[in-house]
Amino acid sequence: MPDTADTAPRAATIAVLVENEAGILARVVGLFSGRGYNIESLTVAPVDEAKRISRITIVTSGTEMVIEQIKAQLDRLVPVHKVADLTLEGPHVAREMALIKVVGRGENRLEALRLADAFRASVVDATIESFVFELTGSGDKLDAFIALMRPLGLAEVSRTGVVAIARGPASIHS
Amino acid sequence: MSANAPATAADARTMTGAEIVLRALKEQGVEVIFGYPGGAVLPLYDALFHQNAIRHVLVRHEQAAVHAAEGYARSTGKVGVVLVTSGPGATNAVTGLTDALMDSIPVVCLTGQVPTHLIGNDAFQEADTTGITRPATKHNYLVKDIRKLAATVHEAFYVAKSGRPGPVVIDLPKDILIGTGPYTDPPAEPHRSYRPQTEPDAEAIRRAVALLKRAERPVLYAGGGVINSGPEASRLLTEFVRMTGMPCTTTLMALGAFPASDPQFLGMLGMHGLYEANLAMHGCDVMLNVGARFDDRVTGSLAHFSPGSKKIHADIDPSSINKNVKVDVSIVGDAGRVLAALIEAWKADPTPQDKSALTRWWRQIDEWRAKDCLRYRQEGRIIKPQHAVKRLYEITKELGRETFITTEVGQHQMWAAQFFGFEKPNRWMTSGGLGTMGYGLPAAIGAQIAHPDALVIDIAGEASILMNIQEMGTLAQYRLPVKVFILNNEYMGMVRQWQELLHGGRYSESYSAALPDFIKLAESFHAVGLRAETPDDLDRVIREMLAVDGPVIADICVDKEENCFPMIPSGAPHNQMILGPGQEGGAKGVTDEGKVLV
Repeated sequence: MPDTADTAPRAATIAVLVENEAGILARVVGLFSGRGYNIESLTVAPVDEAKRISRITIVTSGTEMVIEQIKAQLDRLVPVHKVADLTLEGPHVAREMALIKVVGRGENRLEALRLADAFRASVVDATIESFVFELTGSGDKLDAFIALMRPLGLAEVSRTGVVAIARGPASIHS
Repeated sequence: MSANAPATAADARTMTGAEIVLRALKEQGVEVIFGYPGGAVLPLYDALFHQNAIRHVLVRHEQAAVHAAEGYARSTGKVGVVLVTSGPGATNAVTGLTDALMDSIPVVCLTGQVPTHLIGNDAFQEADTTGITRPATKHNYLVKDIRKLAATVHEAFYVAKSGRPGPVVIDLPKDILIGTGPYTDPPAEPHRSYRPQTEPDAEAIRRAVALLKRAERPVLYAGGGVINSGPEASRLLTEFVRMTGMPCTTTLMALGAFPASDPQFLGMLGMHGLYEANLAMHGCDVMLNVGARFDDRVTGSLAHFSPGSKKIHADIDPSSINKNVKVDVSIVGDAGRVLAALIEAWKADPTPQDKSALTRWWRQIDEWRAKDCLRYRQEGRIIKPQHAVKRLYEITKELGRETFITTEVGQHQMWAAQFFGFEKPNRWMTSGGLGTMGYGLPAAIGAQIAHPDALVIDIAGEASILMNIQEMGTLAQYRLPVKVFILNNEYMGMVRQWQELLHGGRYSESYSAALPDFIKLAESFHAVGLRAETPDDLDRVIREMLAVDGPVIADICVDKEENCFPMIPSGAPHNQMILGPGQEGGAKGVTDEGKVLV
């Protein structure tokens, strides 16, 4: 009997190099919504000097068959140059940045600053009753820091979503 | 001369946007455009007026323009071209574009757009055409810089026809059409990002042949990709099937890719496919799929689909492979190239075939064939729809004219697929993936424009035909001798059939009440109207229809409650087909799980 069950889902971090042209993001996002795929995070920015090529990093999840479909569907979009499944292809570095606003005075404020130091978050804005911390790291690390800030006056969070790159000398262009 | 001054040669190549578009179309070999004018595309219509190289066919509705272009494309292998205006012109085209996308038909659709400075202002007849058509096209473009106009048109043709073909929209703001700019030739270098693989991997081919050589019960399942690859692919398919001795079935889209009269042809497979084709798929030990996509109409229940087989899937679109059905060998490539490689590898592989196993397999298939699953009884005073199609086929075959068949969607479409035999590719045009009622008449217009001397017949239902009946006007204007052969059962027959089988015979809104008199309707559109009410009329009406040198509507009054069999109920496996009355079948009917399926 053919293996149609294929039920165990996995997470995948997919890097996509695309022509930096109007509508490309709509095309990618429309593909995900139209076919019912999940997007956990998506980032996009031009990555070459001439700003002709953008890199989209998508974190998604699904069964092996679904992930393979997602990659094949992305790859057949006309402006797509390259699709790489960083999760599958080997070790990679994935990072996310967050800006976290904490409002408070007294002991809470000092505790927030101490924790920020422990997490190696930097203070990018301060008033006598607030901080904005900048923190870079894995999603888990950001989650942990944000959870700690909650009782200390967490007011607002802005996260970039994940960017990722393969470890070692091999390049996505090769 | 300073570096900034344009050279004389370049001057000659400076022209208006509208002229650039027409020049690029001509360069791409376009001979005919199907379209409908409007405010935003007036500059293009004015440029058309000034030239004779490209013929414009005026349809009566933009949806029909796209279907006509599909009929043209499918009957010639060329790219079909559409020209419509902004706003409603573009939105009306969306059904046709989606149809072309689902059936992988190469179409380039030029849409007018409000001038660039008005885009986003909710201007008169403005629509977000690239936004609306993004999921309905293979790719689309909005041209905002006249310097990129010619290159965009050239690229659109490349994208439409290469890899898995499909529709491409170019949205053209009016100021771009009026402005002047340089014409540029098609690029010599390959496309920067879109370069689909056409040549199959040799190792995958070798593995496929190794499986096929050792197969005891092989089957070849061919799809529309064989047709899209060009007539050579159909020839190679026939060669390969004959050299291997294996049975061949095709999808609805691929009828004609393998000769219907060949003894190795099992007929169409799928929901209304032949008993022997579906049971061969269910019982095979090695399945070779060339250019088909394991569509749900073909597979039935995925969990029970061909449970004992090794599966080989060759497709030009990698996303079609392992989408619905997990396969053992995947081959990415053009169907024709794949078949050529398979033939070579088959010859090179010294492994002998197990001929006795193959003989046993054919004996089994012959038992299934003996069921005669398409059997119907033509008796009494009522015309059976199957009989009408069968006679139409036999009489046209007698005439020996080059014949192209289009259909609408529903029971008549399935009967046409079952009872009309196709010996060659590109002779059969039907809406397979999207199932668009109203496809057949405009598609017939496209086929007739491409083949003015051929016999083009739209096998229709009385409900579907009304969805684009306005195209009778196009037939009249261009004196296109299309024959519209209506199987009139006064019901949306397939809806009625499902209501009978799944909804307790409650025929909710499926009766075609208040039908027009099709004879008078034909006459009001300057065509000939004919009617057959009894089996005795049938042959005479068909012969009369075929003898008329002009458009005809033949209203064939058929059995109102005839069902289309065989049928795999929704959600059932291939070996549980419902056969027609008086034939035993393995069907358990439709399960609750099946009822949610379409």
